Amino acid sequence: MSRILTRSIWVYHFAAAPCNNCDIEILDALTPKYDAERFGIKLVGSIRHADCMLLTGVVNSKDLPRLMSIYQQAPKPFFVIAVGTCALDLGIFRGSYNVVGPPDKHIPIDAYVPGCPPKPEALLSAVVKLIEKVRNDTSKPGKKKVKGIKKL
Amino acid sequence: MSENKKITEIPIGPYHPLQEEPEFFRLKIDGEKVVGIEIEIGYNHRGIEKLSESKSFDQATFLVERICGICSTSHPFAYVNAVEDLAAIRIPERAKYIRTVVGEIERIHSHLLWLGLAGHFIGYNTVWMWCWKYREPLLELCERVFGNRNHYAMMKIGGVRRDISDDQGDLIRKDMGDLVPKLDMLYNAIQDDPVIKARLRIAGTLTKKDARAYCVVGPTARASGIEIDVRKDDPYAAYGLVDWNVVVREEGDVYAKTMVRIDEMKESVKIINQCVDRLKEVKGEIETEIKEIPEGEGIGRHEAPRGEVFHYVRSRGGSVPYRHKVRAPSFMNVFSNEVAVVGGTIPDAALTLAAVDPCYCCTERMQAVDTDSKVYTSRDLIRMCQEKTYELHRKMKGGK
Repeated sequence: MSRILTRSIWVYHFAAAPCNNCDIEILDALTPKYDAERFGIKLVGSIRHADCMLLTGVVNSKDLPRLMSIYQQAPKPFFVIAVGTCALDLGIFRGSYNVVGPPDKHIPIDAYVPGCPPKPEALLSAVVKLIEKVRNDTSKPGKKKVKGIKKL
Repeated sequence: MSENKKITEIPIGPYHPLQEEPEFFRLKIDGEKVVGIEIEIGYNHRGIEKLSESKSFDQATFLVERICGICSTSHPFAYVNAVEDLAAIRIPERAKYIRTVVGEIERIHSHLLWLGLAGHFIGYNTVWMWCWKYREPLLELCERVFGNRNHYAMMKIGGVRRDISDDQGDLIRKDMGDLVPKLDMLYNAIQDDPVIKARLRIAGTLTKKDARAYCVVGPTARASGIEIDVRKDDPYAAYGLVDWNVVVREEGDVYAKTMVRIDEMKESVKIINQCVDRLKEVKGEIETEIKEIPEGEGIGRHEAPRGEVFHYVRSRGGSVPYRHKVRAPSFMNVFSNEVAVVGGTIPDAALTLAAVDPCYCCTERMQAVDTDSKVYTSRDLIRMCQEKTYELHRKMKGGK
């Protein structure tokens, strides 16, 4: 089932309190120099149309309920790529009072792209690696567990 | 009451296909016409000011760089200006020129980015693709000269971190030479295209009076006829040492904002070329050694691509700032939309909202809590504290 998705991945971009830099590099990957659309990778406006989510930034307390509700609207199977150092381990924002991330505490993440910001090549390579991972995955697609929002 | 019935509310955001960043607008419309707007932000608040109090003065440079990815030199620039003001540090002349080059290259790529997004907003994706194609050589230049595509980390208290060699200077000059015809092409394309012109002319006019009332800064103010530019009004780094002009237009609509930005890019090219030439003559140190930061307070300003960035740093001696306040340009500009959007149509609203080049990552420095101006006395606070303790005790007992 998930193999079919690998032919033309449509991505949705979710900005969870980033510094904008990863977001701009994501858009950069679509522009003529890198032109991700020639591989069938397309940025879509709604998560209901998407196969994959690019998640940038540390998650803050105001974003978390929105992230959870948007993730639950996603059609399954669904992949999440965490873009940038912030989405990996919070980077320089570790210890801030408003940060409740990193994102993998709240939703399952399939691939990580380190870098501050990662270059567009790195983003494309992440998508390619994800496609390879899905194609080589022989196990049956199981239902991923999503933790509920912790009550504060 | 009967008037209110006609008004429909349209929510835009917080996660909207047209928006890069999470922000929330509530448009109040009557038919096609926008009659009011409410702006809600806070989706990007990361507590940077508080975090800065736990970092050393040097580390805070990297932290403020990550306030915003597009103006990633503006915040460190203003921050080092503030700390240098605090500690009365004089930086070497070579460092001044290098700082100016970094700041101006950033301005060009930021304005090209905005121009592309503006094209995207009016439905001209060709403009978007072309602008970003021309922006790409600049990012490559940044990577070759400063070490990274964005977040260059060039600023340092007392100077700059990396030098620009003569070869790299030639590289910058060559790229700037390549850029000028492209800017001319964009200028002519936007000026001559009747469709773009018609579309931009009608949208989001901000009059000079409103611009003054809302205290707008940067290109938004300069497009409304207010001649305000920190680089000229209060020269820092090498801006007082080179020859350039402030671009002002009177109309205040989106077309004027576009043209101001394109002209500013040309001025930036002028500044960069002069600085690179001067760098070949001015040799020497690129930083002053700092022993310690004394007690005191300092302010720093920088004309970011979006307007004036203001940083306030207070030190009590020691290695960390006691207080660090940031005021970003979008903080003033975003709220001018309250008048610029009203009176236009819904399709124009999206364009007008983007026309001030809003950067919500920069803006979200604090959370204001409006509690109907209730004043809590110390007695009230003690009572609240006692109530909370009592509540906690009750919960703990109940849990057992």
